[in-house]
Amino acid sequence: MSEYIHVLIMLVLAAATAGGMLVATSLIGPKKSFIDKMEPFECGESPIVSPKLRFSVKFYLVALFFVIFDIEAVYAYPWAVLFKELGLFGFIEMMIFLTILAIGLIYVWRRGALEWDR
Amino acid sequence: MEQVMSTINLSAIYPEIILTCFSLLILLMQSFSTPRFKEYYGYVSLVGVLAALAFVVMEPSSFFAQTVVYSFNDMWVVDNYARFFKLIFLLGTGLTILISMKYLEDEAMQYGEYFALILFATIGMMIMASAGELITLFLGLELMSLSLYVLAGYTRVRMVSNEAALKYFILGSFATGFLLYGIALIYGSTGTTSIRAVAASVGKYGLYSPGLVMGMAMLVVAFGFKAALVPFHMWTPDVYEGAPAPITAFMSAGPKAAAFAAFARVFMEGLPALQMEWTWLIWIMAALTMTIGNVIALVQDNIKRMLAYSSIAHAGYVLVAFLAAGELGISSVLYYLLTYTFMNIGAFAIITALSGRGEPRVFVRDYQGLGFQHPFAAVAMSLFLFSLAGIPPTGGFMGKFYIFSAAVKEGYIGLAVIGVVNSVVSVYYYLRVTVAMYMEEPSSVREAEAAAPIFSPALVIAIFISAYGVLSLGLFPSSYVAIVKQSFLALQ
Amino acid sequence: MVSLNSYLILGAMLFSIGAVGVFTQRNALIIYMCIELMLNAVNLTLVAFSRFLNNLDGHVFVFMIMTVAAAEAAVGLSIIISLFRNKPTVNVDDINLSKG
Repeated sequence: MSEYIHVLIMLVLAAATAGGMLVATSLIGPKKSFIDKMEPFECGESPIVSPKLRFSVKFYLVALFFVIFDIEAVYAYPWAVLFKELGLFGFIEMMIFLTILAIGLIYVWRRGALEWDR
Repeated sequence: MEQVMSTINLSAIYPEIILTCFSLLILLMQSFSTPRFKEYYGYVSLVGVLAALAFVVMEPSSFFAQTVVYSFNDMWVVDNYARFFKLIFLLGTGLTILISMKYLEDEAMQYGEYFALILFATIGMMIMASAGELITLFLGLELMSLSLYVLAGYTRVRMVSNEAALKYFILGSFATGFLLYGIALIYGSTGTTSIRAVAASVGKYGLYSPGLVMGMAMLVVAFGFKAALVPFHMWTPDVYEGAPAPITAFMSAGPKAAAFAAFARVFMEGLPALQMEWTWLIWIMAALTMTIGNVIALVQDNIKRMLAYSSIAHAGYVLVAFLAAGELGISSVLYYLLTYTFMNIGAFAIITALSGRGEPRVFVRDYQGLGFQHPFAAVAMSLFLFSLAGIPPTGGFMGKFYIFSAAVKEGYIGLAVIGVVNSVVSVYYYLRVTVAMYMEEPSSVREAEAAAPIFSPALVIAIFISAYGVLSLGLFPSSYVAIVKQSFLALQ
Repeated sequence: MVSLNSYLILGAMLFSIGAVGVFTQRNALIIYMCIELMLNAVNLTLVAFSRFLNNLDGHVFVFMIMTVAAAEAAVGLSIIISLFRNKPTVNVDDINLSKG
């Protein structure tokens, strides 16, 4: 039973983080209310439009970046599970992997692909 | 833990590490670019190629030491066979970079991505040559292919370039699907993806697993696509025509050689026990590839398209040598691919110089009278075309000579006859360009001024290197043959 | 328990549907989806083999294929978008300049 204590700690931490953010924004953040804000949130698109309307191609661009940088989790996860067995060597390997990814991110960012209005 | 560490030999992948560092450096340069950098991307990537070349020859031991180094749990093999292919790839890459710089300046597209992608593609090819495992092979192949899809569509304002990229992408990924399914079936039948272990398993348990034969057939389809063998060649002419001229040169040399490198590695090292099954298949493909490539090339007016069909035909000649196998066969594959790299990139260097901004001048009629206006370009072009046609004293002649003598020695006399007949046919369309250059007047429509080739020092260097290669391979073959024999892999 | 053969037959069917789709469909995006279907059929086959052979190589391979498929998606969609900017169509019959 005692090994599940980690899971419990994880749960509490996650709940505290999420709850804390909600509470903090409602306390600190400015509060303005206008019509657009009260609509259901659809990732920036207006929810009630003609179905023939095309999405901006920028959505695809962001989605592609997400997919590419997200897929790294596939490799990070087994590495995390075997972290102790792989030791320093595995750590360095992973850091090299992440550096290469970071260079990709720097490239994407500096080339202006992350700017919405360009 | 100990086991993980002990099988890793980093010196076996120094060339690849160096190229990766250089390509990332170029990406970073482009990220923090100032207009002043744009002249230097090409030179930086050339330095990377030269450094990698040095490490291919020296690490992990000297080329002539004949050692075979396995690393990363047999996923990585460095033998002289792999190293010789890496030399071919790096040579092709270096020449491509030299002919690209002026081209990009003319097209006003001097971006670092171009060179970074060329280096990525080269790394992919080198991984293919050294793969001791089907997974590694797949990753190398995809790294190469994905970079090439983008490069084919690099001049993105040109519709033909976009079209080339789309066709290449669709058919290339289709072939990838077949490769993967083939690997999956082989994995299912043998329980392993290591090429050596596959060979051991097939040798031990025999061949008549339907999955294994299906898997082998699918691999033939996949490699056939990548090396542009008939009947899987239909993407080649459109892609070669639409892609920017230096990229066409690059694609016809390196990636094709890489496909053959992996093809030979998998079939001769992994599936020799199935030789009875694949011999007749490859026999038919070789005959078809040579014949169809040459016959369709006869009627082409666009030189890029003509050389696309000619590259299909040349893949057929290589396939003949591949089939002959043995020491002579594999050595002549290597010899021919080296020669082909020199002569084809040389011819494309001239095409690049002549094509003009947006590549309007790529037709045979644009070469009329070139011999009088620009003797240097015409002489060089004739040399490369003679070599492609297999006329002595060029490297192309010696290459074909070795291939057909290997075929005869191994008893493939029918195939050798088909090959020789095809070489004779091919002389017609290569000489057609030479005749246009020396015996025809410039057409009145075209102003002589407009056809002035644009030579830069880098382009001239590339042409000289290619011409030197073609001539020395033709005149002094014995020293090259010695190196090629060193590279022969005891594939059985 | 589902037998290995069932998985393999399903994988082969999905692969064939994808392969036929590449040749019969005219929309570049749908062709691309057919190719993805082929890759996923391979993934299914590999995982099934891996499970029945008690060997992890197949799983590792599936990870690699997923990563490469993501990269392929990025490259493929970029090519289609760049083509679309020159000519607003995704029908492959309209995209056929080079003939000979």
